[in-house]
Amino acid sequence: MSENVGIVIVSHSADVARGTALMVEQMVGREVPLGWCGGDPGGGLGTSVEAIMAAIERAWSERGVAILVDLGGAETNSEMAIEMLPEERRARVVVCNAPVVEGAVMAATEAASGASLEAVRQTAEELTPV
Amino acid sequence: MMIDREARKLLFETVAQRVIASAEELTDLDRAIGDGDHGVNMRRGFEAVLAAVDELSAKNLGESLKGVGTTLVMKVGGASGPLYGTLFMSLGKTLDDEVTCERVADAFATAIDAVRARGKSDVGQKTMLDVLFPVLAVLREGGTELPVRLKAVAKAASEETIPMRAIRGRASFLGERSVGHMDPGARSSALIVDAVVDVMEGLA
Repeated sequence: MSENVGIVIVSHSADVARGTALMVEQMVGREVPLGWCGGDPGGGLGTSVEAIMAAIERAWSERGVAILVDLGGAETNSEMAIEMLPEERRARVVVCNAPVVEGAVMAATEAASGASLEAVRQTAEELTPV
Repeated sequence: MMIDREARKLLFETVAQRVIASAEELTDLDRAIGDGDHGVNMRRGFEAVLAAVDELSAKNLGESLKGVGTTLVMKVGGASGPLYGTLFMSLGKTLDDEVTCERVADAFATAIDAVRARGKSDVGQKTMLDVLFPVLAVLREGGTELPVRLKAVAKAASEETIPMRAIRGRASFLGERSVGHMDPGARSSALIVDAVVDVMEGLA
């Protein structure tokens, strides 16, 4: 079990999610538990609640998991996935309001330093234009 | 009115078949102002409901509605999965097999609130809520010729989304350009209301 906050990348495109995950790994190596998913249940562009739940499981850390999403449906499906988690895990997963690629890299860098879930989220969200 | 196993099966089958039959229309609407996947997504979700309809309708109304909702959440893929999933799951939490117009209206009101929270949206933003709220208002009024009035308000309300400007969802990226097209979610909601009313009318 990792001591660092986990990062999950959710994109409508599996290629974008995989590419973002590769960039994150290049930055922080394997210090941060990482999960990613992209594509709808039929294999097209979109997101899948089931796949998001599986990605959260892969990135699970007792310190929590920060999710980075691309467009609307990814956010709604991520929130739905969080609600379907066992109750004791729900409060330890957050969706960051940040651009997916930059947000994932920044969040993972912060997580690799041992920061808390809230600090990881804040770092990612500092990227959001106001 | 008692919604027994046979009625539940007919209800889910009818809703699913109508949505599946309109998949292309929904996709065309979504292509105009969204990402063009609403019909495909809804068809995938309701095909999964059809495939499991015997198993789903074997449970009582509450549990079977929750089952339909969960199936939609898992299979639809787009944002409409959690939105329609939440609608059905919430209805399932409040409804028993024995339904009255009042009980359905109360359950529907709670379910619409859940959808509103899930989508962080509200009336007037060119979404499914612009159909669900007027339908609820007519359901609350009750009175004579309710089925006809429910179907009429669903149709009229979906058409009223045409001049609206989208504020939520993918269509909001288009801003003013979203004006002039019917919201695909409003259309699919009207389709579902229509199907439910037809089945209930047949049972009454």
